[in-house]
Amino acid sequence: MGLGAYVAVSAALFGLGIVAIITRRNVLYILMGIEMILNAANINFVAFNRFGDNGLDGRMFAIFTIILAAAEAAVALAIVLNVFHLFSSVKPSEADLLRE
Amino acid sequence: MDQQTLQRIFYGALGLILLVVLGGGLAAAGWPGAAFALFAFMTLGGGLVCIWERSVVRSAFALMSTFMGIAGLFILLESDFLAMAQILIYVGGILALLLFGVMLTPPDMSERKLGRVLPGLGIVGLAILWVGLKVAATAKWAVQGAPLDGRADGPISSAEAIGVGFLAVDQYVVAFELAAIVLTVALVAAVYIARRRLSDVQPSRTRAGEVG
Amino acid sequence: MIASLSFDPAVDYWLLLAVPGIPFVGYLLQIALRKRLPFGDKLLTLGMFGVMCITVYLAFKAIAAGHHGEAFVQHSVKDGIYFEWLYSGAAALGVDNIVAGIYYDGLGAAMLAVVGIVSFCVHLFSQGYMHGDRRYNIFFANISLFTFAMLGLVLSDNVLFLFIFWELMGLMSYMLIGHFAHDPSNPFFFKWATWASKKAFLTTRVGDVCLFVGVMMFYREFGTLQYTELWEAARVTVANNGGEFPAWMTVAGLFVFGGTVGKSAQFPLHIWLPDAMAGPTPVSAMIHAATMVAAGVFLLGRMYPLMSPEALHVITFIGATTAIFAATIGMTAYDLKAVLAWSTISQLGFMVAAVGLGGVVAGMFHMVTHAFFKACLFLSAGSVIHGCHHEQDMRLMGGLRKKMPITFVCMTICTLAIAGAPFFAGFYSKDAIILAGWANILDLKTFSGWGIYALVSLAIAAAFTAFYMFRLIFMTFFGEYRGNLEKHMYSDALAAEAAAGIERPGGHHDDDHGDAHAEHGHDAPHAEHAHAAHGHDAHAHEPHESPWPMTVALCILAFLGMFGGHFWLLDLPGAVAFWHGAHTWFESIVSLDSLYGPAVGAWAADGISEGILDHSSHIGHAAHVRAVILSLFVATSGIVGAWYLYVKRRDLPAVITKKLDFGYYVVKNRYFIDEAATLLVIAPSVKLGVFLKWVDEKIVDGLVLGIGRANRFLGFFSAWFDRIFVDGAVNAVGLVSQGLGSAFRLLQTGRIQQYAAFAVGGGLLTAAWLILA
Repeated sequence: MGLGAYVAVSAALFGLGIVAIITRRNVLYILMGIEMILNAANINFVAFNRFGDNGLDGRMFAIFTIILAAAEAAVALAIVLNVFHLFSSVKPSEADLLRE
Repeated sequence: MDQQTLQRIFYGALGLILLVVLGGGLAAAGWPGAAFALFAFMTLGGGLVCIWERSVVRSAFALMSTFMGIAGLFILLESDFLAMAQILIYVGGILALLLFGVMLTPPDMSERKLGRVLPGLGIVGLAILWVGLKVAATAKWAVQGAPLDGRADGPISSAEAIGVGFLAVDQYVVAFELAAIVLTVALVAAVYIARRRLSDVQPSRTRAGEVG
Repeated sequence: MIASLSFDPAVDYWLLLAVPGIPFVGYLLQIALRKRLPFGDKLLTLGMFGVMCITVYLAFKAIAAGHHGEAFVQHSVKDGIYFEWLYSGAAALGVDNIVAGIYYDGLGAAMLAVVGIVSFCVHLFSQGYMHGDRRYNIFFANISLFTFAMLGLVLSDNVLFLFIFWELMGLMSYMLIGHFAHDPSNPFFFKWATWASKKAFLTTRVGDVCLFVGVMMFYREFGTLQYTELWEAARVTVANNGGEFPAWMTVAGLFVFGGTVGKSAQFPLHIWLPDAMAGPTPVSAMIHAATMVAAGVFLLGRMYPLMSPEALHVITFIGATTAIFAATIGMTAYDLKAVLAWSTISQLGFMVAAVGLGGVVAGMFHMVTHAFFKACLFLSAGSVIHGCHHEQDMRLMGGLRKKMPITFVCMTICTLAIAGAPFFAGFYSKDAIILAGWANILDLKTFSGWGIYALVSLAIAAAFTAFYMFRLIFMTFFGEYRGNLEKHMYSDALAAEAAAGIERPGGHHDDDHGDAHAEHGHDAPHAEHAHAAHGHDAHAHEPHESPWPMTVALCILAFLGMFGGHFWLLDLPGAVAFWHGAHTWFESIVSLDSLYGPAVGAWAADGISEGILDHSSHIGHAAHVRAVILSLFVATSGIVGAWYLYVKRRDLPAVITKKLDFGYYVVKNRYFIDEAATLLVIAPSVKLGVFLKWVDEKIVDGLVLGIGRANRFLGFFSAWFDRIFVDGAVNAVGLVSQGLGSAFRLLQTGRIQQYAAFAVGGGLLTAAWLILA
């Protein structure tokens, strides 16, 4: 399969991630959406690296992204727990202190 | 239509799509094509189910399918180490974290009805689709893909190559160190943020209503 | 013992600073705490006792220095004890700087000692005299502040600070004359004191403005206000001008003399002093006899080198005129204090005339001795008034010799002193003034018609002084007590006098003012009040001796009035040498050299008769002999005349006054100077004021109002424009902003997902734009 197929899969996954972030009412879905977006980016990195001619750069980026995603997940989960502690809810629509 | 019927229709459509893409892939590029079709279906289908499902637990498990599919795609892209790391970290780590999150927060059944979000979804989806098609039609990739099977396995994608790349002074050692620092800081921060405070364990000082 | 004293700058400058400091602190304490200050009067008197001790102690140092023949001049600027006003640091002694330090020379020492002693005596006296006054504490605070001002004036080394203290004294004079102006229980004093204090303040203000103009003229030309620098500058200026005084110096000198005229009650600004007697008698003694009015003479002593010969002629004339005309009025007055007031004016005229004749030292000497015996006389009068239950009319006294022996002795001593009886203080100083007059005439260098006029006037005034002072003594202390005369008898006597045309029943000077003087002088109504207020009935009219604080104060001052001229008890060889033309104590510490420094002193001596400067010279000897003879003659004739008219032939005064008729009428009414002032100055001023008020109300106010109306109209137009256009624009901007704000507020939900949706939408739109472009 060519590069285009991978890019298409990546784009579709990105779109799904966006939808998950925007529509769902649970903070955890936002986390999942972020993971999907990160993974879509990862697919792109690896695919372009595989079809391109630039050493290990893309794959290294991918590894870096995975590491960041792990860190992000840990921190985000801690935040979720705190948000729940503060608002007694995991709905992002209720954590609207930013409005104030 | 009630929830049950919708579920059936959705999963039925999903199965049909699986069959179609598998067939399409096989027909277009033989077994590698079928494998790509399978993994792409796992990826996107998982994402779709994740969005579709009202239950966080189900969504989380659907996400596992997405991660596995991406790992498969990585294998197809001759990045076996990455694929392994994907499974280890995402499926074993992040997904487990998500499930912990699910367990630590109460179930929330007040999700939006599909009908309410569907128009918005449709607009966004159509827009993205349109942009994607336009990009696909007009983009000139700087690299043009070689055939999947036309390239010999090199050390380039092996774990050894990545390890050397990480540790060699002239390659990615800075990124490696950076990653190490980021991880350390993030984990410490996560522990700090999530730690229980004194006020949480002393009922007299918690907010009213939580004591009971 | 005296010879071992010497001035120590390290200590004595601080003592000198403490001298005005003590009464000032006393004033602050008293005025801040009022009746809460325990023993406030005693405390202030004690402070004044300390001041007196310091001033006398320091005066002895000056006398000791004079005993050795040293020039005694202490100027604190040399020792670094001074206050810089305009600049400081490097430019400390620069041209435009005003440096205030202490100037303490023989004259300052004598004057300071006088002020210290008199102030203490007056404080002491007031404890008895003012007892029971409703503003007792305020009174003490005020005389303390006055004392502070007077001491500061004597100590200041520049004209500006002299002027500042001068004005402060004027203010305190005003407040103390008006002391009874707050007593609603006595309508007569209420009005009189109010009127008199205003009169005193405004009249002296004329002189003060003159003084300030003169001082500023000197400052403009010489660029300094320091006495020493002024003298030197005058000497240099005159030397550069070929030995002639520039015309402007005459003018400026006369302006400065204007200050003296106002403050020392010289003709024609003397009119305030007789009315200043509305104040309490201790105030009259201190301010209007001993110290404040002497400040004008003191100023002349300090500014003498700046006076041109022409200015000195005017000074001589004014002084001599004042001396004689006040003396004539003094002979006709019946009010105990009025006699003393006119006597004070007359004696101040002596001093001023002496300065004009070149007898600066004589004038200053008379100022010192006069302070002693006139303070004593006033306090004695106060004692008499107190003893007679606030009766002031001499016609209602008499025979008090036995009832008030101490007062009688003290007052007689001081009367002898003022009359110029030998060996009393006044004899030496008055003799020195007469000597100055003689020497002025005898020396061809200084001979002039002014000198003859002055000598004749002063001699006659001296005889008159002896006459009216002994008239006072005889009327008050001899004969029978007339205080218990029935009122109708007294009124009958007045009516008889009036019928004889002797005294206008309407009062002697200010019916036109239409104020409190109305009845007959300020005597009878006051007396009535005093009787009523004290609650005495007929038998309590018996006079009595005053309490001990008053008599002690009297005795101190009487002692000085007796011995203050020569102090031969302290300085026996000097007493023996006196008959050989030796100096008195005052002349041993005050001379032209010690007053103005050797250079200026020698220069100033140029214009002065040889006989004044050197008693042993031919002219000096001749003048001395003539002066002693003349002094003795006029004193004796005055005393004998008084004795003859008021003891031997008591019917004669009425006959004489009847004979003099119109002359007596004029003199009795004070030469109508008050009326003239009213007619020539006050009435035109009032008319001018009325006219200016009319101008102000009709024209100026009209203009102002017109401008105001125009502005108001403009303001209304502006307001309309403002409301419609400016406010409209501002409101429109506000409304638009508000609307946009409310619109955008809808977007600000605080929901992360919404923001993410916007971001995605934005991204999509951007992508679409990029693609379509």
